[in-house]
Amino acid sequence: MEAARGRWKRSAPCSLSPLTMRTPLLRAHNLRKQYGGVVALAGVDLELWPEEIHGLVGENGSGKSTLVKILTGVVRPDPGAEIWIQGSRFSSLTPSDALRLGIQVVHQDLSLFPNLSVAENIGIHLHLHHKFLVRWPQVRELARTVLARIGIQLPLDEPVGELSIADQQLVAIGRAIASSARLLILDEPTSSLTRRDVDRLFAVLRDLRAQGMAILFISHRLDEVLEIVDRVTVLRDGGRVGTFDRREVDRQALVRWMTGRNVVRSAPAHTTGGEVILEVVNLTKRGQFERISFTLHRGEILGLIGPRGAGRTSLAVALFGLNPPDFGEIRIRGRPTRIRSPEDAVRHGIAYVPEDRLLQGVVARQSVVNNLLVTSFPQVLNHLGLIDLSRRRTLTGEAVDRFSIRAPSIEAPVQTLSGGNQQKVAMAKWLLTRPEVLILDGPTVGIDVAARETIYGLIRELAGEGVGIVLITDEVSEVLGIAHRILLMQRGRIIGVLENKDLQEQDLLSRLRSA
Amino acid sequence: MSIRARPELYLLVTLAVLCLGLSTASPEFLTPGNLLDLLRNYSLLGVLALGELVVLISGGIDVSFMAVATVAQYVMGSFIATYQVPSAPLGLGLAVLVGMILGIGNALLISATGVHPVIVTIATLNLNYGILIFITGGRWIHNLPVAFLNFGQQNIWTGTTSEGTVYGLSNLTVMWLGLLLLTWWILKYTIWGRWIYAMGGNPEAARRAGIDLVRTRLLVYRYMGGLSGVAAFIQTQLTQMVQTNALVGRELDVLAAAILGGASITGGSGTVWGATLGVLIVAVIRNGLILLKVSSYLHEVVIGCVLAIAAAVAALYRLGPTTRGTRELPT
Repeated sequence: MEAARGRWKRSAPCSLSPLTMRTPLLRAHNLRKQYGGVVALAGVDLELWPEEIHGLVGENGSGKSTLVKILTGVVRPDPGAEIWIQGSRFSSLTPSDALRLGIQVVHQDLSLFPNLSVAENIGIHLHLHHKFLVRWPQVRELARTVLARIGIQLPLDEPVGELSIADQQLVAIGRAIASSARLLILDEPTSSLTRRDVDRLFAVLRDLRAQGMAILFISHRLDEVLEIVDRVTVLRDGGRVGTFDRREVDRQALVRWMTGRNVVRSAPAHTTGGEVILEVVNLTKRGQFERISFTLHRGEILGLIGPRGAGRTSLAVALFGLNPPDFGEIRIRGRPTRIRSPEDAVRHGIAYVPEDRLLQGVVARQSVVNNLLVTSFPQVLNHLGLIDLSRRRTLTGEAVDRFSIRAPSIEAPVQTLSGGNQQKVAMAKWLLTRPEVLILDGPTVGIDVAARETIYGLIRELAGEGVGIVLITDEVSEVLGIAHRILLMQRGRIIGVLENKDLQEQDLLSRLRSA
Repeated sequence: MSIRARPELYLLVTLAVLCLGLSTASPEFLTPGNLLDLLRNYSLLGVLALGELVVLISGGIDVSFMAVATVAQYVMGSFIATYQVPSAPLGLGLAVLVGMILGIGNALLISATGVHPVIVTIATLNLNYGILIFITGGRWIHNLPVAFLNFGQQNIWTGTTSEGTVYGLSNLTVMWLGLLLLTWWILKYTIWGRWIYAMGGNPEAARRAGIDLVRTRLLVYRYMGGLSGVAAFIQTQLTQMVQTNALVGRELDVLAAAILGGASITGGSGTVWGATLGVLIVAVIRNGLILLKVSSYLHEVVIGCVLAIAAAVAALYRLGPTTRGTRELPT
């Protein structure tokens, strides 16, 4: 153990006693949790050291969230568990134990108060400690100290809701630090950040590590995990596959351990020489995107990559009639076409699957069947204009089979499905309209590896059937794995069109960063 | 940005424009007598708007306060009348107590059932009012002692115009101002106030941060209940009697004023200044319509138009310059 620690040990900051350096901050043994007959966690061990960024990866349902809930005291592990924290032994933690011991989580939803100021969000716990009166100078002073500690400047009086997601994330981290966190658990912290913001976040995390903090970094984005962590623990089906030093693993190995099978990145087939189905000429919307020109062929997967804020989504919704451009031309099958509303877009065979699944992609509270049929409702009406129940069932059944949507029943609300299956519903709904152009905005955001593969398979299959696909993403490995051609977008402009042949991940990354 | 942060500024300008317009149209409007009367008469809605504001900030809504005030008014009135109690503070205290108890009832019902507060308070509106009418038969109380009723007739400060007309700053107006400052102070400088804002902004985050939502809700609806009690007292002083049918039905005036003042029905935002300006705007418009001798049937139409315009303006600056589907802008 001593040797293993030595490998990632860094120079000790003076604030830490030698004692803390030699013992792990947290050691958990035999964490097990069974819900009814379902084993959520099957005897997992975990060791977290000060000055360590520790990755936690695994597919949905692998037990990550149960593990986090045990560490934060939300869930009691089954008897037999041992948790050692700073020399004390626990068989389970309560939420107040966890807080007292400095275990803080930054949830994926950040749990911030959009209506309150930056300072107050950071110092919110003072409202619980102060007796009746709020001491505003103390709240502001705490916020100032914390932001200085993570080396970030933010306007203290600005309502948090007015900040960018990236800044909000830093506020959430600041709040955890303000409550004297020693172990910071980050749940999917990068899922909605731009590459530049990820860099800034990582700088903050490295800084905190140098100050002696332990960080548990949970993410689906393996590239980023590999970039930041010192060690990584892989979970599969509730069990621990292992904990590995960063230098021992690569992306392939992680995927293999997480899924239990080899997922080979199949090289994309060559560009089809199909007819040009969509052509965009000089499309411009001031302040959003400028002089965008590209062509999309039948059966082609066109990757549109760029950081958030590059205008990708603005462009996509312009093609879908939601954001009328100032000038420029959209040609469909060679014919200039005006698209002024989603109805126009659908009539011309364009479908758009937005990034924000739950808010825009599906009607979360409605059933799978209602979501699937919302775009193709006329197809299930009989000659009286009433719903033909058997046709409704057949059509839905076909879609569910084809997309292998896993749902308890077709009447189940979509919000009860996993992220991957929600995404399949959001896509399937459009495919029932038999589109010729399918625009997918971040189709795999927040989706685990296995479900991603299914979605990639689906995209390839659709392309094989002649659908032209525009795939918007900010993950380099994603476009490299699936797109035929890649458009690079930066600050509202297309800065390059690349054939996805012999492209290296590093080349693409550096082109994106240098731009 | 500055407008989004300070909707009060908008309201202040609107109010100033209204006053300016009215003062040229009617010479009576901008006299101290008229303005001080206005403040006295609207202290009822003003106090209730402060309570509703607190409820709205917390992410809740209360439509039962007029029924609560009516019950409080009746309990107070029958006590004062039966024993011929000459003390206004005692009456006030009793009304506030009754209001608080009914407010606590609202909070407990909402917390226990998890049903949306609008449904719960519609239910308690009918319950409170229905039971009162059933028991009392809708009887009015007239025989209140003069010593009790004097409070509302007295001014804290009195002046005389050159023509010899007497005007003054009513006790009731001073109560409203005092509660305005109290509410502002609670919201801004006490942890209760901050819990209320936090709960309204993001209840789940508030729960995770360790804020007791049940307790906070209790504070909120108890405060609303207490202010309903104050309103009951003010109403009795204004009308010099207890009428069981004078208040219920006017809930929407209060809600409208609070929302006109920038409180959001989704919770988390709103200020006492905004809510008070909302009340004043409604007050000035109604007063102006009377002074201009506009048919009273048209009053509601005008108020309706003002609210519709205010809602449209609020929607406009909430959306900002960006339009739907274009969240992503170049950096």
